[in-house]
Amino acid sequence: MNAFKGFVKKEFKQIYRDKRTLLVLFGMPVIMMILFGFAIRNEIQSAEVAVLDLSKDSMTAELIQKIESNPSFDITHYLQAYNEVEPLFQKGNVKAVLIFENNFEQKMVRHSSAKIQMVTDATDPNLARLLQAYTSSIVQDFSDDLNPEISIEQAGLSPEIRMMYNPELRSVNLFVPGLIAVILMLISALMTSISITREKEMGNMEILLVSPLKPYQIIIGKVLPYLVLSLVNVFTILLLAIFVFEVPFEGSFILFFAESILFILTALSLGVFISAVANNQQTAMMVSLAGLLLPTVLLSGFIFPISSMPQVLQWISHIIPAKWFLEIVRSIMLKGGGISVLWFQTAILVVITLLFMGLSMKRFNVRLQ
Amino acid sequence: MPEVAIQTRDLTKKFGDFTAVNQISFDVRRGEIFGFLGANGAGKTTAIKMLTGLLSPTSGEGSVAGHDIHSESEAIKKKIGYMSQRFSLYDDLTVKENIRFYGGVYGLSRHILRSKYDEILEKVDLKDEIDSRVGSLPLGWKQKLAFSIALLHEPKIVFLDEPTGGVDPITRRQFWEMIYKASEDGVTVFVTTHYMDEAEYCDRVSIMVDGKIEALDSPVELKRSFSAKSIEEVFIELARGAENSDG
Amino acid sequence: MKTIQFILQKEFLQIFRNRAMLPILFVMPIVQLLVLSFAATYELKEASFALIDYDQSSLSRELSAQFQATGYFSLEHKTFDTDEALEELKAGNVNMVLTIPENFSRDYSQGNSVSVQMLIDAVDGTKAGMIQSYGSSIIRDFNQNHIREVQLISSKKAPQLSRIELIPVNWYNPDLDYITYMVPGILVVLVSMIGLFLSGMNIVREQEIGTIEQLNVTPIKKSHFITGKIVPFWIIGMVDLVIGLALARYGFNIPFLGSLTLILIVSGIYLIVIQALGLFISTVTSTQQQAMFIAWFIMVVFILMGGLFTPIESMPVWAQDLTLANPVAWFIKMMRMVLLKGAGWQEIQHMVFVLIGMGGLFYGVAINRYKKTAG
Repeated sequence: MNAFKGFVKKEFKQIYRDKRTLLVLFGMPVIMMILFGFAIRNEIQSAEVAVLDLSKDSMTAELIQKIESNPSFDITHYLQAYNEVEPLFQKGNVKAVLIFENNFEQKMVRHSSAKIQMVTDATDPNLARLLQAYTSSIVQDFSDDLNPEISIEQAGLSPEIRMMYNPELRSVNLFVPGLIAVILMLISALMTSISITREKEMGNMEILLVSPLKPYQIIIGKVLPYLVLSLVNVFTILLLAIFVFEVPFEGSFILFFAESILFILTALSLGVFISAVANNQQTAMMVSLAGLLLPTVLLSGFIFPISSMPQVLQWISHIIPAKWFLEIVRSIMLKGGGISVLWFQTAILVVITLLFMGLSMKRFNVRLQ
Repeated sequence: MPEVAIQTRDLTKKFGDFTAVNQISFDVRRGEIFGFLGANGAGKTTAIKMLTGLLSPTSGEGSVAGHDIHSESEAIKKKIGYMSQRFSLYDDLTVKENIRFYGGVYGLSRHILRSKYDEILEKVDLKDEIDSRVGSLPLGWKQKLAFSIALLHEPKIVFLDEPTGGVDPITRRQFWEMIYKASEDGVTVFVTTHYMDEAEYCDRVSIMVDGKIEALDSPVELKRSFSAKSIEEVFIELARGAENSDG
Repeated sequence: MKTIQFILQKEFLQIFRNRAMLPILFVMPIVQLLVLSFAATYELKEASFALIDYDQSSLSRELSAQFQATGYFSLEHKTFDTDEALEELKAGNVNMVLTIPENFSRDYSQGNSVSVQMLIDAVDGTKAGMIQSYGSSIIRDFNQNHIREVQLISSKKAPQLSRIELIPVNWYNPDLDYITYMVPGILVVLVSMIGLFLSGMNIVREQEIGTIEQLNVTPIKKSHFITGKIVPFWIIGMVDLVIGLALARYGFNIPFLGSLTLILIVSGIYLIVIQALGLFISTVTSTQQQAMFIAWFIMVVFILMGGLFTPIESMPVWAQDLTLANPVAWFIKMMRMVLLKGAGWQEIQHMVFVLIGMGGLFYGVAINRYKKTAG
């Protein structure tokens, strides 16, 4: 047991002595939170649009004025002819062109109807769709103002929509749990897999294996410092989320930390497993990268909804631990979910963790004989 | 080629407050086997790194093969061979590939390289292992191979930093035979070691304690002036009172 | 020049000798391209909903049937208990609760204003937004199909409204196909990973195993050494890119409007730039673990802030300005412009110069920092 204590102490010292890495380890989550919290959004902030006004009357001027004053739009070009559109899109900054037909006001007065063509650069279909939705609501408001006599009491069916748990549809509420998962994967899985593979590559592992330490003790000694590091990071992210980004926290903190520790263990067991199969750091790194981090970012529902994916990928997403962790954290933070609704996701994480721990133990033991 | 292969005057290296090498001055004659002794941490490796151009000195002068170590380190590199404390061949390349790579770096032509393969393999008795990965060879063979590769471009001076660390006595003996052979061919050998018996094989030895050279002479003279039976006794006598040594 | 040959020979030997590396270098990128392209989509495929139909009329049944008929909504749960439906929503079993009020059919037929309630799980704001817009449009369609009859019966007449019609025209991607948009960007990510991680790691590896010291006492030139580290992964990166482009063209049917030569030239330049960054990282770190970690951090920031997944237009202005220093953002933009819009040298030249500028800067700093002689 004394040997074990000494070993753990040495591992801690080795990691904490390296000030530069430590700075990155603790600074990174903070920078990521701030950058992504502020910068990764799906709402449009200021998109460059151009206007081609073939009518140039007071009504189009008023409507253009209204669009201009909307913070989502930034009118950067006033065109004179239709053939100016293409070169503008080619340059790439302008995302949409609004074309007002000629005699716009006249047509409105005479026929109560006029047309605006909205040409979008649909290379980004999502942005194009959003721009259309924004514009159409501005135009709708504008035409509503033209019909003041219409009372609200109107025949017909309308939806009454309520956004539950996240009424303002803030992206940051969605991204915080994802970010926790990514950072934990990065620190727990990637760092452990590389650090253990490094010992193997440098030949230190053999020395440790012939020491009185048992293989599992070596592994625990290796992962313990990263467990502590990860927990500190979870704490930092949570503080930032709550106090800087005002993400609601509806559920239980104890459950949140318990689930976080579980997920850290899952990540650590994956890291250990990778180090058991990889024989040099480059391999360990690339396997972690392809096998853990990318799926965590892309197949967990962090950015893209899983339900939008093809069926095959939806199946694959079931074996991505981060998917389950994300469901758990989102439920705890935003919906106040308790263990009664989350037991299934929790059980899956436990099973994955035990499975990979077992597999890596087996591999390290085989090596011994 | 001048008579003096290596010359230093008050050569000093400081790392912050710590003085690793403290004003050392010595001359190494051409063709000599010069032993550089000292405990771990006495400054041997630091000194060798300054001479080979891996580290720039804090103060003092030095020249290797007639070139100034401050300003002409690239010229020095063409004329010296070096074998570092850490094994420095590529484990994932074969014997032949290692020879070819280092030969190429020194600008040997493919023609010359071809004759070198045989020469080296003959010398270290590795004929059957030419296509084996270096990583799979026993340490002793690796060290002999590393030494041969350090001599590949026929340098005038070769620096060996603890070349026999961790090697069995028989291989050590063979290794020293290789050193003698190189010396007979006119190569100046600058070797650090902490095996005191090896010091007896050198033409002259210097003993470093706490960054300073405390003694420099032929083994015989050293033993006489310290009235000791072996270099080991001389060394222990000098090392007493050392501050920086840890072993 | 001869020295370079020997160095390159050695680097290639080492790369290809590592068995585990080959699949990583050539299979992984393809798998990633396939998986990521299909995974990265914001289109609504299917949302599940719970139905509370207090009305139980033929009209209310028609409305719920219309939701399901679109193929976007699937009915998971039917109940009369609001709490039960909310539980389902909370547990994540359904994405929406649709409540049809009592007397829905009667009120509607009489020409009164009626509303049905959609409670949407908005934890995922993007998805919630899609559910909202699809749901609303189903209700609007329903309304339009029935309002005539209602008006005839109730004799309440909708007044003639002034209406401005917005006609959307989508250029370059008329079907608003997301994959077309994502594939060029994902190609960038794959190439970047190889460029940034592997060349940088390679130098740190020599430091870690100690061979760099041996090299530093040889007359090897800095420029030769660095070329030896850059060229192999540059070639591998380009091979991966060509495979990826072929897959994009023939597998995903991405239109190649622009010049392939231009794409290859720009990619070649970009790879050198990103490798220079890897080189720089290797000069400020001493172990592969450190190098990895820093490279990863930079990569994640570059990708997430590069306009790949979320549009740069969605970022606050300060963050949009930051992307000017992000080579990944520049390259993604160029790839999309050339491939999807057919932009030529005229349109992208200023971006290429920015890239070259960055590359020069990274190399300058990296070469300056890589010293054969330590201080």
